[in-house]
Parts: sequence; structure tokens; C-alpha cells
Amino acid sequence: MTTTSDPYAAGSRETTEGRVYTVTGGDWDVLLGGDAQGEERLVVNMGPQHPSTHGVLRLILDLEGETVTKARVTIGYLHTGIEKNTEYRTWTQGTTFVTRMDYLAPLYNEAAYCMAVEKLLGIEIPQRAATIRLLVMEINRIASHLVGLATGGMELGALTAMTNGFREREMCLDLLEEITGLRMNHAYIRPGGLAQDLPEGAVDSIREFLKIMPKRVADYHRMLTGQPIWQRRLKDVGYLDVTGCLALGVTGPILRSAGLPWDLRKVDPYLGYDTYDFEVPTADTADAWGRYLVRMAEINESLKLIAQAVDRLEPGPVMVEDRKIAWPAQLSLGADGMGNSLDHVRHIMGQSMEALIHHFKLVTEGFRVPAGQVYLPIESPRGELGYHVVSDGSTRPWRVHVRDPSFVNLQATAAMSEGGMIADVIAAVASIDPVMGGVDR
Amino acid sequence: MTGPGDRSGADPSVGVNASSDGFRKGAFGVTGSGDTSGFGGLVRVEPGGAVALHSTERPYGGYFDEVTDALIEAVGAATYEAAVQRVLVDRGEITYFVVREHLLTLVQALRDDDALRFELCSSVSGVDYLDSGGPVATPDRPRLHVVYHLTSMTYRRRIRLEVAVTAEDPHVPSVTATYPTADWQERETFDMFGIVFDGHPALTRILMPDDWDGHPQRKDYPLGGVPVEYHDATIPPPDTRRAYR
Repeated sequence: MTTTSDPYAAGSRETTEGRVYTVTGGDWDVLLGGDAQGEERLVVNMGPQHPSTHGVLRLILDLEGETVTKARVTIGYLHTGIEKNTEYRTWTQGTTFVTRMDYLAPLYNEAAYCMAVEKLLGIEIPQRAATIRLLVMEINRIASHLVGLATGGMELGALTAMTNGFREREMCLDLLEEITGLRMNHAYIRPGGLAQDLPEGAVDSIREFLKIMPKRVADYHRMLTGQPIWQRRLKDVGYLDVTGCLALGVTGPILRSAGLPWDLRKVDPYLGYDTYDFEVPTADTADAWGRYLVRMAEINESLKLIAQAVDRLEPGPVMVEDRKIAWPAQLSLGADGMGNSLDHVRHIMGQSMEALIHHFKLVTEGFRVPAGQVYLPIESPRGELGYHVVSDGSTRPWRVHVRDPSFVNLQATAAMSEGGMIADVIAAVASIDPVMGGVDR
Repeated sequence: MTGPGDRSGADPSVGVNASSDGFRKGAFGVTGSGDTSGFGGLVRVEPGGAVALHSTERPYGGYFDEVTDALIEAVGAATYEAAVQRVLVDRGEITYFVVREHLLTLVQALRDDDALRFELCSSVSGVDYLDSGGPVATPDRPRLHVVYHLTSMTYRRRIRLEVAVTAEDPHVPSVTATYPTADWQERETFDMFGIVFDGHPALTRILMPDDWDGHPQRKDYPLGGVPVEYHDATIPPPDTRRAYR
């Protein structure tokens, strides 16, 4: 038998049939010398295509056995350059771009962007538009929390939570489709108001939803809250206290699960939230379990808000009076189910040259926004969603920067998961509930 | 895309001009501005553009005076004078224009002083003011701005700090030691604008691939057209579309 100097090479011998190798293995102790178990360090790459990372999120985990010693997060796989794109579109077109960022909370993006533009313009929207904005945003919050619960449940193996969560979310999306025309990426909220008024029958559908949904929330509590497996997967997992949250800039349900009732709807009200009766749910456990309870409680609070908003709806305009800002044709469905207001088309095509010019100018060139910058934060389902919008006085934004709560909150992944088990990383990330469309923008 | 500084129509020194015969010329066929309508030169943008050059006189109104007084007391009048170039109150928001040498002193005081308590750094973002309707960017009017939005949860107040640097010397001290949340946000600002945050623990690209060239959100970053696989057609970059020549 001949051996080479390479300790990893297999032994071999020459025979009349040729060279025969002898592969044995099992000699790690000899090769490494001593106890290799104590220094076992494994680097595991999770994602970006992984069913348990809540989207195209990549986690690089250093493991000792099953304990995570280091967690690194890599993002950017869904970067689409939306912020840059808005700089080459009119202020109104910007709505259709920002709605695609956090795709589970599109109406929050639209509302925050439009409120920032309105602050730059110095205009106030009609009361009915404000009430409907609040209404659709709260429906959207329920849908978003349900997806957070559904995907989080799926990642932890609770498949019924997933099917049920998406079932109820479908009810929310049906409502939003009835109101805005689209299930997602609505472009419904526009600078100055709304694209269109509530359609006939929408209020009845919302009231129907308000009757069904509380029973379904109770079902969730029956299915999950008392269930020992669900509790053990979530309790004391992904711990982050108030100090950690503030240092890392974490807001939303994660901060509230640590006990601080910080909700911009209460502390910095907009759209008249201060005139509504609702609570800010908190927990004191600062873990994934607390976040689950906070989100469930927030669904109930959103239902309260929706009920109050529906009662407050008064007839009135949903767009500002200023014809230099308001879209020239109020959209209204024709007999074929689509298209502009026929009265408006008749007006610009047959009666008024000036109206045609105005329509053309406003649609192609857009309106001008006085120079300056604003920062407008609102409470999205994931925390503080802030729009930093800069205008140079032209028809397009000079800069739109989005402080997306998912982006900031995701920084807490390492703090939540280092020192824990690898299985708990999944629960921790699910409890952050990041939406990669918003993280990468 | 034409070169930087060619935002004709927006800049009163080029483009739209009242000629000797009293007619304004250059209003149509605007190029290089990114305006796809072709009419961008019709309305003159105010000189100075997006960056207001004046400073608001005191009293600022609201809680702004209280915050400013507390800040002066916390860092000392001499440091405040040296650190804050201008203060602008606009649309109910206050902006402190800060020189980078004193940024860390200010944010430390803003976070830790009992009368200030800006516990949360809400947002860090960059803005490139290259030719934003004003005179061409010069060393005393730097084009790259870093904008910090600070929130005091105790007092429920918000302020904005703004640091301006040139593209030739884009260095700003990192605030991550005071606000760890600025970590990713500074990385994003570096990625998009090429602003280097000195003292950042790991300043690498975050959204773009590691080997990417250039910083996409800068205004002089060339825009690409979309290659379409149909008879060799190409969609031109958005800033060159529909320019009526």
C-alpha cells in the first residue's frame, strides 16, 4: 500500500487490474487532533429564496450546534428603484409608484405620500375624503395583520392559521376591490383627495364585514391563543425590550409589545384620528407572543374605527375644489364598466377648447408644487412610515425618501435571535413581519 | 442624458431667457431636465430652487424656540454658533443646517439632554441638490445633503438636521454611536448617494449589488433605456423621451 503526503487523499494500491483506492473516512479525530466537538461552528445561509424567511430575505447564521451565535441579514433582492422613479413622474403619478413599496399596506404608502404632497401644497382635503382614507386604511391594517399572522403561522408550521388568515384577508381585499377597483396597488388616494367616491353598496358591504369579522377574530383566539404549541413557539422568543427598540429605531407592534403605547394615531394624530374612540393595545412580554396578541387586539381596534368612520360618512366632495390640482375628469363608470365620465368627455371634445387644453396640461405636465421639504410620518401596520418629500417647485418630486418601518425594524433581527435556537429565528423574523417590497423599495 | 448642470429652463442663467426683443426663448424642447412633458421651461423655478438660502428670524414659534434654547444651553452658545449655520422654519417644521465637524456633539446633546430627549432617530436620507433650479453647486453651496429626522417621544417633538457636503469631499461623521438605528439608513445613503459616513462599523452597499458602479440616486447618474427584444428597438431613458426637437 502506498500513501501520499496529502493527509486527505485516499489510500491506494497498484494491482494488475489497475489502481485500487481504499476510502475509509471516520478519521476526523486523527486529522483534527483532540476534541473537535467543542469548536463546531457552522455557517448556514438561509434564503433569499426560502419559504420561512418572509420574502426574499437572506439570513447568514453562525451556529454552534443549534444555537445561533451570530445572525447577519442581507437585503436588496427586491430593490426596484421606486424612489428614483418618482423623480421622473408627475406628483399624481407618484401615487402609483409608492403604492407598490409595502405591498401589504399599499393604502398607507399612498396616504402618507399624498399627505406629504398636500403639506407641501398647503391644502386641506375635504372631510369626506379624510374619513374614507381612514376607513380604507383601517381595512388595509386588518388585511396586513392577517397576512402577518397567516405567513407567520405557516412559517411555524400552523398551516390552518395560514389558510384561515388568507381567507379573512380575502374579505378585506374584496372590500378594497369594491371601493378602489383593485385588490392591491390601488392608486386610490391621490394628492388632493381620492380618485373616486365610494361606490353604491360599499357601505353595506363594510357593515356586513363588520358583522362577520369579530366572530372570526374570536375563532383565531380559540384556534391559536390557548394552543400549547403556538404558545411555546412564541413565548420568550425574539425578546427586545423598550431600550433595544428605541436604540434600533423599532416602532409599531414590536415597540408596543414591549410596553410603550407609542402609536402615531394617538400621539401625533392626523386625518382626525383624535376624534375617534379607540385604544392602543400593548403587551409587557416584549417577545413574539406579545406581538401576536398586540396585532390581534389591533384588528379589533381597527374594526371599531371602521364602524365609527362608516357612521360619520356625510355626502360631500372627495377631491379639493382647486381645478389646478384635482384630476379633470372625476372617474365614473360608463355602461361598459369602465372609462371616464361621459359628460366630461362631451365637454372637452365638443364644447370647450380651454377645458381640453386644461385637461391635457394637467394630465401630461401635472401641477407645480412650491419648493421646500416635508417629513410626514403615519402609523402603518408595521410602525412609523415616514415620507421625506422634497420639491424644487416643478411638476415632479425632486426627491422622495421613504422611511419604511420594515427596513428599520429588520435591523433588530440579530438582537432578537442571537443566543437563541435556529428554529426561533424563524419565529423572531415572523414577529417582525417585514415586507420586503418595503424594505428594498 | 446631457451632462450635469444642463437643467436648462430651471436655471435662470441658461435656457429660458428674455432676449433683447422681449421674447422668452428656450421654453420648449427642454432637454436634460428629466421633464418628459417637453414644456418644463414655461414656468421659471425660483432662483435658489429647493434649498432656501435665508434663515428664519426668531421667534420661531411653537416648541421650536424651546428646543433651540435647550440646545444652546446643552452645547454652549459658542459651539451652537459654530455648529448651526442657519435655521429654517417652513411648513411647521424646523431645520437646523449643521456643519459636519459639530454634528456628533449636537446629536449627543439632542439625545441625552433632559430638556431635549430626542430618543428616536426616525430617518436618515440623502438629497442631491445638483442644479435644483439655483446657481450651479459650489463648495460653499454643496450639493449632497444628509437629512436626519429626530423624534422626541418624551415631548412629542420633531426636528430636522441637515448636513451638506460636496461630491468631491463627501465625508460626514456617522451617528451610529448615538443612534444605532442609523446603521442601515447610513448604508443606504452611502449606497445611493456615495456619502461616506466616517466611523460607521461596516459601510457597505445595502440595496445595490456589492460590485455596482456609481451611486444611482445622484442626479448626474446616467439613466438607462430599456432594451426591448423586438426589431432591435430600445426604449430611451426617461429623461430623453418625448423631447420635442
